[in-house]
Amino acid sequence: MEAVTTHDHAHGHDEHAHHPAGIMRWITTTNHKDIGTLYLIFSLTMFFIGGLLAMGIRAELFQPGLQYWRPEFFNQLTTMHGLIMVFGAIMPAFVGFANWQIPMMIGAPDMAFARMNNWSFWLLPPAALLLVSSFFVPGGAPAAGWTIYAPLSTQMGPDMDLGIFALHIMGASSIMGSINIVTTILNMRAPGMTLMKMPLFVWTWLITAYLLIAVMPVLAGAITMVLTDRHFGTNFFNAAGGGDPVMFQHIFWFFGHPEVYIMILPAFGIVSQVIPAFARKPLFGYASMVYATSSIAILSFIVWAHHMFATGMPAAGQLFFMYATMLIAVPTGVKVFNWIATMWKGSMTFETPMLFACGFIFVFTIGGFTGLILAIAPVDIQAQDTYYVVAHFHYVLVAGSLFAIFAGTYFWLPKWTGHMYDEALGKWHFWLSIIFFNITFFPMHFLGLAGMPRRVPDYALQFADFNMIASIGALGFGLSQLLFVACVIKCAKGGAAAPAKPWEGADTLEWTLPSPAPYHSFETPPVVK
Amino acid sequence: MNVAYPNLITLRKLLVISCVMFGFGYALVPFYKKICEVTGINNVVKADTVENTQVDAARFVTIEFDSNVRGNLPWTFRPLQVQMRIHPGELNTVMYEIGNPTNHAITAQAIPSYGPQLAARYFRKLECFCFTQQTLAPGAVKQMPVVFVIDRELPQDVNTITLSYSFFEIEGSAKKDG
Repeated sequence: MEAVTTHDHAHGHDEHAHHPAGIMRWITTTNHKDIGTLYLIFSLTMFFIGGLLAMGIRAELFQPGLQYWRPEFFNQLTTMHGLIMVFGAIMPAFVGFANWQIPMMIGAPDMAFARMNNWSFWLLPPAALLLVSSFFVPGGAPAAGWTIYAPLSTQMGPDMDLGIFALHIMGASSIMGSINIVTTILNMRAPGMTLMKMPLFVWTWLITAYLLIAVMPVLAGAITMVLTDRHFGTNFFNAAGGGDPVMFQHIFWFFGHPEVYIMILPAFGIVSQVIPAFARKPLFGYASMVYATSSIAILSFIVWAHHMFATGMPAAGQLFFMYATMLIAVPTGVKVFNWIATMWKGSMTFETPMLFACGFIFVFTIGGFTGLILAIAPVDIQAQDTYYVVAHFHYVLVAGSLFAIFAGTYFWLPKWTGHMYDEALGKWHFWLSIIFFNITFFPMHFLGLAGMPRRVPDYALQFADFNMIASIGALGFGLSQLLFVACVIKCAKGGAAAPAKPWEGADTLEWTLPSPAPYHSFETPPVVK
Repeated sequence: MNVAYPNLITLRKLLVISCVMFGFGYALVPFYKKICEVTGINNVVKADTVENTQVDAARFVTIEFDSNVRGNLPWTFRPLQVQMRIHPGELNTVMYEIGNPTNHAITAQAIPSYGPQLAARYFRKLECFCFTQQTLAPGAVKQMPVVFVIDRELPQDVNTITLSYSFFEIEGSAKKDG
């Protein structure tokens, strides 16, 4: 099988007119590029729905007292904002990147199971519909927080059932997507591409996909227990029947902690592609990056109870989870230092993808440090459920995952559309995003340390100033994202023609294809030396 | 050779992993119970044993009694005594009374809790109605004792302990028995 001759893979045999046109093309497509596009459009849509809910939250918190919403509806806003952003925006966006990029980066013609790929995407819109429609059932949308803790979730109205079914469907979609990704990476690499020659984005997705396969079923189990507790008389979390609500937290966070790495590891992968390309140097410490990613994934299974320090764990348990959590700072630090070492003495230029990648390192590291502070059990008991936690996870999730998604989008847009994006517009998007992001979330550190609890629509008067600043920042951040949409639409419609390799320092296989990438690529695998 | 074959093998393996992990989620339930049992966390509804019955007569602790019924349970539930002043190490008895004013039998379970939370592990219950489910016939009233000892190791700064019980209806018991 190794005796494949060198092959000119840039031959322009593209655009067979085999596939149906119009809407049926998208519904019936089994092409990894089409499905990747669908995922990305879906996640962008959900990103704006979730963002709209965030605007609702910040509008209410602009001033103390109750202005716009009843407290029950405010709880629905926070819950749905979390669920939609996690399961509707961030995760599908990364799957979209995986679909577009992984086959092109490893020299495969398509994903391993093309039809299953179609199905795993088309499960998402009905699930999202189910989730969003819960706003319209009696009692409104789920309001137990995105963590749907029992006993709240076992006692809520029919909205919770819709939420649970939506999560089940999204989970099934994730598991199928992950199986597809693992199989593609393990079995369909071009000859000569050993595991340790894979681009780091592919490595991080391989590990992420394993994490997803391991923990999404655990979430499915947990919410099935909630469902049977609600309707079928089981007592998993019902204290009266011998169950224990704290157990829900254990099972949930056994899923939930790996889940947060599921949302950041592909981001690490994107940044590890972008930084070498714009520093014009190969990635520093490739092997250590792979090992660091794997260690983070393995450690993620033994730290879940650091989310539960306030539930009254024995001191030995608190110490274990505290030290295990701090241990994660080591491989994460390895990554951050490797990125900086990659930039060291590189001939750097700062196009929009590089700006977002540098912004990512800067802001994600702040979020990492606040995470380290929260890992200290006695501090966490003080800061538990305050705005300090909100600031922390928005620093890693918005400035981490989301900024990496932006970096990746700008990086690969020329390959996807065949046009260069508008650099000036992209830079505006970056600078406005990072400034407004910090205006929104930096004051939340102070609010949290001063004791403002999260998920509450009203607050004491001394928190008013910082909340007003945060709300103004949030509005600015939200509006800045319209620039992103404008930039993407403009790029999709036209613009300067992109060369096959628009970034001088980029060296992975997708840049050997013409831009836009042909509908079918690498039907004969390239040979990697 | 069919190229898709290795893919199908990988697919099968990964599907097995996800099914096993679904089961693992459920396996966490008995595992969690076992951990709590072994480490002695959460054994609020089991009888404790007391070895040392020496009374610390130099110290007084006030015990306050509280009672609640949760949800739609239509019972009456009260302690016959709101508080007592006792010595650590001393054997004490307090009576609670439950009543079922409805016309059908109901089964319920009481769950204790303590304030401050820290006091829980020094509060040794030798006998308690919370160790078993209670069933009351229509119109019945029942008095039940709680026998307890406060451990002499109770930290010096704890001078008042609140013992609070909540009765939860056992789902479906009203239909089954009534």
